[in-house]
Amino acid sequence: MSSHYEAPIREPLVLGDKSYHDITVDIAKPIEGKANKNWYIAFTISLIAFLWGIGCISYTIGTGIGVWGLNKNIGWAWDITNFVWWVGIGHAGTLISAVLLLFRQRWRMAINRSAEAMTIFAVFQAGLFPLIHMGRPWNGYWVLPIPNQFGSLWVNFNSPLLWDVFAISTYLSVSLVFWWTGLLPDFAMLRDRAVKPFQKKIYALLSFGWSGRAKDWQRFEEVSLVLAGLATPLVLSVHTIVSMDFATSINPGWHSTIFPPYFVAGAIFSGFAMVQTLLGIMRKVTNLENYITRLHVEYMNMVIMLTGGIVAVAYASEFFIAWYTGSPYENFTYMSVGAATGAYGWAFWSLILFNILIPQFLWIRSVRRSFIGSFLISIAINIGMWFERFDIIAIVLSKGHLPSTWTRFEPTFVDVGIFIGTIGFFGVLFLLYARTFPVIAQAEVKSIMKVSGENYKKLRDGNHE
Amino acid sequence: MSNKVIHALYNDDDILMDAVKKVKSAHHHIDEVFTPFPVHGLDKAMGLAPTKIAITSFLYGLVGLSFAIWMTNYMMIEDWPQDIGGKPNFSWFLNMPAFVPIMFELTVFFAAHLMVITFYMRSRLWPFKAAENPDVRTTDDHFLMEIAIHGNEEELTSLLNETGAVEIKVIDKE
Repeated sequence: MSSHYEAPIREPLVLGDKSYHDITVDIAKPIEGKANKNWYIAFTISLIAFLWGIGCISYTIGTGIGVWGLNKNIGWAWDITNFVWWVGIGHAGTLISAVLLLFRQRWRMAINRSAEAMTIFAVFQAGLFPLIHMGRPWNGYWVLPIPNQFGSLWVNFNSPLLWDVFAISTYLSVSLVFWWTGLLPDFAMLRDRAVKPFQKKIYALLSFGWSGRAKDWQRFEEVSLVLAGLATPLVLSVHTIVSMDFATSINPGWHSTIFPPYFVAGAIFSGFAMVQTLLGIMRKVTNLENYITRLHVEYMNMVIMLTGGIVAVAYASEFFIAWYTGSPYENFTYMSVGAATGAYGWAFWSLILFNILIPQFLWIRSVRRSFIGSFLISIAINIGMWFERFDIIAIVLSKGHLPSTWTRFEPTFVDVGIFIGTIGFFGVLFLLYARTFPVIAQAEVKSIMKVSGENYKKLRDGNHE
Repeated sequence: MSNKVIHALYNDDDILMDAVKKVKSAHHHIDEVFTPFPVHGLDKAMGLAPTKIAITSFLYGLVGLSFAIWMTNYMMIEDWPQDIGGKPNFSWFLNMPAFVPIMFELTVFFAAHLMVITFYMRSRLWPFKAAENPDVRTTDDHFLMEIAIHGNEEELTSLLNETGAVEIKVIDKE
């Protein structure tokens, strides 16, 4: 077993005395079993929220954007806040599956499948907002450069909103094929285990006839690596392009060159927080505690600390630069004395509290390794990162260049209802996913068993206890 | 003539690797190996040629980049050179920075999707494709080596037995 050497200092990534077959059984169990009462309760709640959201969306499209709380100065608020929030959440999935693959981080293997699912479902939610916040969503297809009967009237490639269209659709579709390709061996495992004919048929269809030949695996690994290499710059570019919706404008508070990296860091920060939230529940309800361990939680918390630190530095530099420019307009940006003491002071201080202060508890090792502690902190970050986007958008727009345009934004029940609807939709998708898809990439976990499995490590290193 | 193959099943990847090396050094051609997860170094041990799929991806990326340059130039500079917010439209290069995001995204889009499609076609994977692994255990925890028999059945069987196979079957392939 000399080829499976790993430094003894490393903690095991798979706990317990597991064989390859045990991994198969553990991962197939939630799919082959029946859903329990809690699942149905959660699913019903999500479904109701989703239906409520559909109602609010229909009402908006049927009646007009005027049913939202927007006004003629604040033309973006909850819609784009939620859009950026959801896109940001999606970024952790790609980071875990692509960036951590490039860095050969073995701990990604237990969490990448769910993180990618989260990416895809979050990008679905994000993708709704660019459509429904249009005044005339039925003309939405005009954003595509399709030859047409208007003398071939094209789109304007100078607009970041058009870049968004390209970025989001590329991001969603590439994430989807990356995820699906990774799923083939796992679907094949379920196909070969299935006893019910219907289940067998479904998984045979989903697994594309995957047979696990040596040549298939060789190509599979190369494809995964190249896709990871493509997805890494993609994930950085997507949130960069989203940030350019703001950064390329002339609004004080938006017109800032720090936005691209800072939005990306914030996206990873909030995305990892959401992974933490979801996996905190998932590992319990699907009995995958031996795979999603304290070590995984700690590593994710470390990434959260790092990106949270980057975000905090960005806040500080925004605050400093707003003062340092000497421009009076910068006194009311989302990171300024004007914001801290103005009408949206509560939103400013929520941001500071949830994003900067609370995550600092993660410096304490016992908090970082505690399931409940990281769960609570991850919820705080989800809230804080929502406020970050809200502050950037609404506070900046509420006090523009002309004092006669200064105004306030109050959301209506439709704004709130659509946001709740997207959370419900996300819940519906994720709950269905957890019951039908292998939530852990079993083929990948099996490939690290001999290096990082607890039983193998003990055999190799000798029992130190 | 009926085409006979031998199926040797293993229950450990390290044993499989040793077996592959032994069978290769005894100068037998290994038709196929089915494994439940990627066994690192297996393709080298079997003597498989490296895959060229990354090279195709690079070429597809170039196609995407060229397409983006052509599209932005045609639509923004040649077809309707309009003044939108004072952006220069005298030449593609003058307005180039605004096209960078599109160029980047289309490069990635083409490189990723066409490579994945190439992979699915080369490995013959598609939604209604029937699975071809001869034993269902090979997607769980078993490893299967398939070797063609050319009148050397007994010699092969004993060789495979020595390598630690847990199950050896002779199969008639039509």
